[in-house]
This record gives sequence, C-alpha cells and structure tokens, in this order.
Amino acid sequence: MSMISIKNVSKWYGEFQVLTDCTTKVSKGEVVVVCGPSGSGKSTLIKTVNALEPFQKGEIFVDGISVGDAKTDLPKLRARIGMVFQNFELFPHLSITENLTIAQQRVLGRSLDEAMQKGMHYLDRVGLKAHAGKFPGQLSGGQQQRVAIARALAMDPIAMLFDEPTSALDPEMVNEVLDVMVELAQEGMTMMCVTHEMGFARKVANRVIFMDRGHIVEDCSKDEFFGNPDARSERAKQFLSKILQH
Amino acid sequence: MNYNWDWNVFFKSTGIGSEIYLDWFISGLGWTIAVALVAWIVALIIGSILGVMRTLPNKAAASFAAGYVELFRNVPLLVQLFVWYFLVPDYLPEQTQIWFKQELAPTTSAYISVVVCLALFTAARVCEQVRTGIQALPKGQSAAALAVGFNQAQMYRHVLLPQAFRIIIPPLTSEFLNIFKNSSVASLIGLMELLAQTKQTAEFTANMFEAFTLATIIYFVLNMSLMGLMSWVERKVRVPGMMGGAK
Ligand SMILES: Nc1ncnc2c1ncn2[C@@H]1O[C@H](COP(=O)(O)OP(=O)(O)OP(=O)(O)O)[C@@H](O)[C@H]1O
Ligand SMILES: [Mg+2]
Repeated sequence: MSMISIKNVSKWYGEFQVLTDCTTKVSKGEVVVVCGPSGSGKSTLIKTVNALEPFQKGEIFVDGISVGDAKTDLPKLRARIGMVFQNFELFPHLSITENLTIAQQRVLGRSLDEAMQKGMHYLDRVGLKAHAGKFPGQLSGGQQQRVAIARALAMDPIAMLFDEPTSALDPEMVNEVLDVMVELAQEGMTMMCVTHEMGFARKVANRVIFMDRGHIVEDCSKDEFFGNPDARSERAKQFLSKILQH
Repeated sequence: MNYNWDWNVFFKSTGIGSEIYLDWFISGLGWTIAVALVAWIVALIIGSILGVMRTLPNKAAASFAAGYVELFRNVPLLVQLFVWYFLVPDYLPEQTQIWFKQELAPTTSAYISVVVCLALFTAARVCEQVRTGIQALPKGQSAAALAVGFNQAQMYRHVLLPQAFRIIIPPLTSEFLNIFKNSSVASLIGLMELLAQTKQTAEFTANMFEAFTLATIIYFVLNMSLMGLMSWVERKVRVPGMMGGAK
C-alpha cells in the first residue's frame, strides 16, 4: 500500500515552472531519499505532500486522502505527517517541553498529562531528557534538530518528511541527527528525506529519487542507484561525482 | 529675567470649595491617564487585529487594513478629533444622538470622543508595528506551525504573535508614550485633563511659569514611569536564548 502517492504533479511560480510532471510514491515503511542540485525543486516537492506548497496540476494522496482537494481538512492531514526543516523551526518562545506538547494538546486534544508523557518519551529517545526545561535558543543546532524530530514523533505521524535536516548543522553535529533518523528508519517509519547525506541513503534508503530542474530524473532502488552508476543519467552522474568527492 | 517664582501658588485656594490649585493638577493627571490608558487598550486590540489582517493571504482583508492605516495616519490628529466630536454625532441614529448630545454630561461626551479618536488613530500605528513584527519572523515559523497541524488562527495565537509582540516592545513603548502626549488634544474640546488644568491655573493665578513647570515635571515623571513599566514587561517576557536574551 502506498502511503504517499504523487501523480503527475506540476507547479508554477508565475511563469516559472518549479515542478514538471512529477510522479512517485512512498510505500508504508519505505524510506525514500530525494537528492539533486540546488534549485531543482526538492523542497517544493516535499512541501506539496503536506500542502505547505499548493500545486496546479496532478494529484497527491496521503493515506488515501487527496491533498489537493479543496474539501480536505488540511490541518488534520498535516497533523498526521511529521515534518523536519533545515532550520529546525522550533518555536523559540516556548520551552522544549512546550514545543513537544503544544500541538498534541491544541491539535490532537490530548490532556497535558498524556502530552507530557508522550513528549518526554520521545525527548528521552533523542537523548535530550535533561534539557526539557530549556528554551530552543539554549541548545546547539544538533540538539534543536533532535527536539524537532521528537516534536514531530510525539504527534504519532503516519509518515515523516525531512527537508535537508542536517545541512544547516556544523559537521560535528550531523551524525547525532542522522543516528536518530537511521533508528527511525529501521523501526519502519515511512520517510521521505531530502538530503545529500549519501551515507544515510546507502544505509537505510529503499529508493533514491534524483531531481533536476523540476523533473524527477531518476527514481530507482538504492542498489540500482549506487550499484549501477553507468545506467544513471548524465546529470545524476555529475551530481553524484560532485557530492561523493566530499 | 526678573521673575519672582512663587511655588506656593499650588497650595493656594482656588476659591471653589476647599480646592487648592494642586488638586486641579491631580484631577487633570487623572483624566490624562483615564483617556490614554483606555484608548491604548482599545488601540492595542484593534491594531493587533488590523496588523494580523495585513499579513493574511486574503487580499480583501489585507487591503482593508492597508486602507485604514493610510486614512488614519495621514489625517492630522486634531482634524480627526473634531470629526469625532463635532461631525460624527450628527450622523448617529436619532436616539443615540439625543443621548450623546443631551443626556450625557459634557465631560463624558468629550471623554468618549477623545478616547475613540486616540484609539483609532493609534490603532493604525500599532497595526504597522504588529505587521512589521510578524513579517520579521523567519518564514519557516509559519510553515512549522502549519506542519504540526495548527489552523491559521492557532498559528497566529501560539506561534507568530507571541514572537512578534516580543520583537516590537520597543516601538510599542514609544507609541504608548505618544498616546499620553497626544491625549492633550482633549483640552481643545473642553476635557479638563492635565494640559487644560495647567492652562486654567495659569490664567487664574497669573503664575504661568510655575504652572507649566509643574506640568512639565508631571509629564516627565509620567513618561519615566511608563518607560519603567514597559521595560519591566520586556524583562518579564524575555526568553532565554531568544533575541539577545541571555542563555
Ligand atoms: N516563492 C517562490 N517564488 C518564486 N520562485 C521560487 C519560490 N520558492 C522557490 N522558488 C524557486 O523554485 C525553484 C525550486 O526551489 P526549491 O527550494 O524547491 O529547490 P531545492 O531543490 O530545495 O533547492 P535547495 O537545495 O537550494 O534547497 C528554485 O529555482 C527557486 O528559486
Ligand atoms: Mg531546499
């Protein structure tokens, strides 16, 4: 069963076409890595999945619900999809605890007790229980991103979207975040991750999508993507050789 | 200048009951505060709503708020006061008109006019501050708020406004001080606030310099207290690690 299904999606900013006829899907429990050069439309594509970006053509279904349908209750749908941003986007005026509980209470209607229990469970899982009383600005980037992951998990999402979760981090903090993501993947979470961390992709991805100028150029299994470089498109080869040098 | 300062004037009887001139200043200060505080609260509420409207994707709401700001910022305050006091009452429904013009004490109708005037004038300025505050936030904040499932109202209530208000405390402080200074326009429609009482004392006693010196001191002390109040608020809501708050 496909948890996320993107069908022939196109999107324009005025005259400029950001996404052209994008089609792919993410099955339940699958981990799909999206990569591609800057400006290729990766963020835009992933944001169409939870309707943070509207699109003009095509269809997207999440757990069978049409995202583009005007009748869809978007807040309700979004509450079921976790999202992690490049710049963490914790709510800086709220404590870590409040960051973890506010949406559980206000959106899911959970009691404070229940929300606290859930929140602390996931905060513990990302190894930050000791920081519960602090504010986001008092944590390092890596710690903030782990809290952001915990915040998303506390909503019991059916899938998680990641938009370059490690690219704003100092190198020494990348692994603490990737470790959490790897664990999540191994537990069977459905994940769509925009990332250039090819080590992560090799380790846990089921499929790799390569985007270029708004098109999905490659969409194949991890083994095919990394194991059969000769069959890749010219653009993908160039891109891979560039990022694998690092 | 060979002026003979006489500070005792404030303790002299006004000839009305047992009142001394100092009582006039106290009562004037009371009216100044009553006008400015009530107008400020209304301005904050209306200004915040308008400021939010200016940032909404809904074009009609945004342009209504923009039009409001243009209108109320560009017409001089005094003109606005005269409109509210002399013009608008004539266009009220019959019953309300009679009530406003005849049944209300003159002081009360002047008070209502000046509060409405200052509140709506200042709301335009508060609106612009609130809009600036919201727009200064990283775009990712609204995305994150929506992503966790908040609707638009919850996004403003729990994520955008609490941050925006913290950012705009300094400019709001100066609007807060302005509304106290602007409240002196009330003297022109006969409301005996601080400036009006000062002028009256000056006329009755011929001790103009003393009267205006005392008024200056009162306005100054008032301003300092308001600034103190606002910096107390600022400290109270400061968040560690956010916007220069110590970690
Ligand atoms: N609001 C907008 N208005 C106009 N063009 C936009 C807007 N947002 C993004 N774009 C353009 O759309 C294209 C795709 O942007 P997107 O952010 O999806 O790329 P990306 O693949 O995520 O790139 P990066 O690796 O830099 O994050 C870019 O050319 C960008 O300039
Ligand atoms: Mg991007």
